[in-house]
Amino acid sequence: MTVVTIERKVLEKNDAVAADNRARFARHGLFVFNMVSSPGSGKTTILERTIETLRDRLRIGVVEGDVQTDLDAQRVAKYGVPAVQIVTNGGCHLEARLVQDALDRLDLAGLDLVVIENVGNLVCPANYDLGEALKVVVLSTTEGDDKPLKYPAMFRQASVLVINKIDLVPYVPCDLTVLRRHALQINPDLTIFETSGTTGAGVPAWCDWLMDQVRRARA
Amino acid sequence: MHELGLAQGILDLVRQHVAESDLPAVRAVRVRVGEMAGVVADSLDFCFAAIVGGTPCASAFLAIEPVPARGRCRACAAEFSLRTPVFQCPSCRGTAVAMVSGSELQVVDVELDDAGVLN
Repeated sequence: MTVVTIERKVLEKNDAVAADNRARFARHGLFVFNMVSSPGSGKTTILERTIETLRDRLRIGVVEGDVQTDLDAQRVAKYGVPAVQIVTNGGCHLEARLVQDALDRLDLAGLDLVVIENVGNLVCPANYDLGEALKVVVLSTTEGDDKPLKYPAMFRQASVLVINKIDLVPYVPCDLTVLRRHALQINPDLTIFETSGTTGAGVPAWCDWLMDQVRRARA
Repeated sequence: MHELGLAQGILDLVRQHVAESDLPAVRAVRVRVGEMAGVVADSLDFCFAAIVGGTPCASAFLAIEPVPARGRCRACAAEFSLRTPVFQCPSCRGTAVAMVSGSELQVVDVELDDAGVLN
């Protein structure tokens, strides 16, 4: 029996492309975040509010990932920002290579901020580095306050938690204090924002934080 | 659901590291999978078996070595096994815990059957 030693990470190809993406973002002084959540948490709505708030101050580009359709890219493009859609055709997450190809369709030199909106899925996207500075996980109150405990990997990988749909708190069995406690138990370093995509509550604080990140990436 | 892509990644690594003429002799592909790598071992096994058919590695199978999840307390440096989604140091109750193992996903090595292709 002959043994051939390999000792390589299964995701090394993805990680290498992610490192290329990251270097590309650094060259352009871009801040890039990877937005992850389950389907229907309000990622795209938060993104729309963010663009509305910041479009006069920042040049924003968007990479949209979905299993099917370019509906999200259309939604975002209405705000006059460049948006590229990746259709994964069944794939449950974005990979670094897909993002790399999408970046070729954006004029990175003319941007300050790129948002990568991942496929709605609280599981698989946690494993794939896309080259982003950090992951922002969006969790809506309608999903329940137990989700950080049920899907810990995603909350551990994320640097920021946006709790969305706070306007619905009176109507759903979700306790924000409990949700925060669960999230911080999984990841004590999480920065947390509370927002409503519908009313716009909390969006200014989130956007201020984002402006800070963009300034830092530029410096 | 992403196990299919991972299985493809494993097969790609095997094909990169084993001489073309030896591929039909590949048997056990040893893979280290951390308990908290977000990978379902049974699915990975199933996917790998499904994709090797029709390739020169058709006789290959996965030997999955689970790696226990362990953490180290950032406050008191105690090491302990991680059994629950919430990490807490059993010594000082601290919650700032660094994972020291359990997130691995690696191809370790492959065994070649020196007698050649199985019939």
